[in-house]
Amino acid sequence: MLKIQNLSASYNGRQVLREISFDVKNGEVLALIGPNGAGKSTIIRAASGVIPSTGHIHTNGDDFQSLTPLQRARYLAVVPQAISLPPAFTVWETVLMGRTPYLGFLGHASALDEELARQALSRVNALAFSERRVGELSGGERQRVLLARALCQSTPILLLDEPTAHLDLQYQVSLLELIRELARSENLAVLIALHDLNLASHYADRVALLVGGHLKAVGAPREVLTAELISDAYCLPVQIVAHPFLDVPLVLPDTK
Amino acid sequence: MKSNPYLSSSIFLLIAFILSLAIGSVFISPKELWNILRGAGDETFVFIIWQIRLPRTILIALSGAALSGSGAAYQGLFRNPLADPFLIGVASGAGLGAVIAMSIQWPYSFWGLMAIPMAAFLAALLTVFIVYFLARVGQTIPTTNLILAGVAFSSFATSLTSFLMLRSTSEVRRALGWLLGGASQAGWAAILAILPYLIIGLGILLISGHALNLLQFGDDQAQQLGLNVTRTKTILLIAASLATAAAVAFSGIIGFIGLIVPHLTRLWLGPDYRRLIPLSVIGGASALIISDVLARIVLAPQEIPVGIVTALAGAPFFLWVLRRAKNQGYW
Repeated sequence: MLKIQNLSASYNGRQVLREISFDVKNGEVLALIGPNGAGKSTIIRAASGVIPSTGHIHTNGDDFQSLTPLQRARYLAVVPQAISLPPAFTVWETVLMGRTPYLGFLGHASALDEELARQALSRVNALAFSERRVGELSGGERQRVLLARALCQSTPILLLDEPTAHLDLQYQVSLLELIRELARSENLAVLIALHDLNLASHYADRVALLVGGHLKAVGAPREVLTAELISDAYCLPVQIVAHPFLDVPLVLPDTK
Repeated sequence: MKSNPYLSSSIFLLIAFILSLAIGSVFISPKELWNILRGAGDETFVFIIWQIRLPRTILIALSGAALSGSGAAYQGLFRNPLADPFLIGVASGAGLGAVIAMSIQWPYSFWGLMAIPMAAFLAALLTVFIVYFLARVGQTIPTTNLILAGVAFSSFATSLTSFLMLRSTSEVRRALGWLLGGASQAGWAAILAILPYLIIGLGILLISGHALNLLQFGDDQAQQLGLNVTRTKTILLIAASLATAAAVAFSGIIGFIGLIVPHLTRLWLGPDYRRLIPLSVIGGASALIISDVLARIVLAPQEIPVGIVTALAGAPFFLWVLRRAKNQGYW
């Protein structure tokens, strides 16, 4: 369970998040959507403590802002965009870094740490290339490695920053399916920033719409992905149509 | 070799050490060396070994270890394969600090001697921060910026150092040879004077391998994985500067060891800093001992400063790494 209350953050003197409040329940996938610069990534950076913020981010009492990075990393794992990873580490080495919050003094991994890394790699179907260097992998493979690293962190909360950016359709779909399945099976609270509204509609249990640092709406895809809210947020006329065989809305730009 | 890199590099270090004791104006055979170390042997040879070659070799080994270990740490901290205590200006800054301390002319006592590495350390630390802020662009430090800022600051510090030496007494002017890198000041007292700085500096670096690994992912990810980034970086900068200053204080400015050794180690065994730091330390000691032996024999009976040997090997190496870094991105 991730609870965010009255979260505000500033960047170079400009306020980029204003009084954001929402919850992510265990076993739930909540998608953050909104135009570029709306503050999707900023929420993830603020919640994980890499930029200062005010308000409360907590899970059942523990306020994350008062924790050390090490303590926080036991509650909350982040999957960043896979754009700049050190290329020379192997997949195995990279995934084991997820065990950092539990390692001893010299960063030596125990048998348990290695077992958990193996499990995480097998969850994302990456065991086969665990000895390869990260620099040799495709974008989709790299993103799976980062997901495995986050799983290895054994946290109840998972934050993902546009994990499907730079991936082709096949990888987008398989990654999001995997994430949704993990949320269910491991009972994780998953917060995921997504660009693609239709992917959000398809894979998220609930959607939060951000515009200019404000939270405009939170709710089931059907409640948030309405013509009125989306047209307004993206300054573009849209039409909402029913998915041909799923009970979710699809967003189509209403232009010729 | 790969299965136990510590063993193979330690054997290499031992061989280098024995060579350094044996080779010089007089050759002392390993058999004779063994006698001397047990307390027997020819009196002249005993003097040469105990008062000249052994302290010199130890000082050179410690300096090589410090420069190479701190080079590896700077590379990890700045996420930059070209960071080297010399190329980023820290060594020259430390040299300036040491010369300032020398020109104040403390009494030649143990504490007077201890002040030299301290001054070198403070100047090294100041240099790191100046170069860091000159080179920084937002959150990153582009490779070329770091080297340009380092080289520019280095010339500045070197000029100031030369100026100080020229206007000072002959006592300090003798340090000119020292500044080019050479263990002419070697002696047991010098070793004792740098040891505390070295143990603290290298000690911290040796236990920071995992933190350096995390820093390779950038500050955000390192922190999200559980690292206190600001504190860790500060501690590592101080530790690396301590080690560099310890080396520069009595061995002078020796370039490129901190570039070559970590880089070759990385090519050999990959990027894991938990191995990279200790193996760079051992390898740096061996590499500088070998360079010093070469410095003694190429123009024998005359000695050349060891800094010239490392620069002759290191500058072409630097250009090779620069091209590689351009073509392949960061290692």
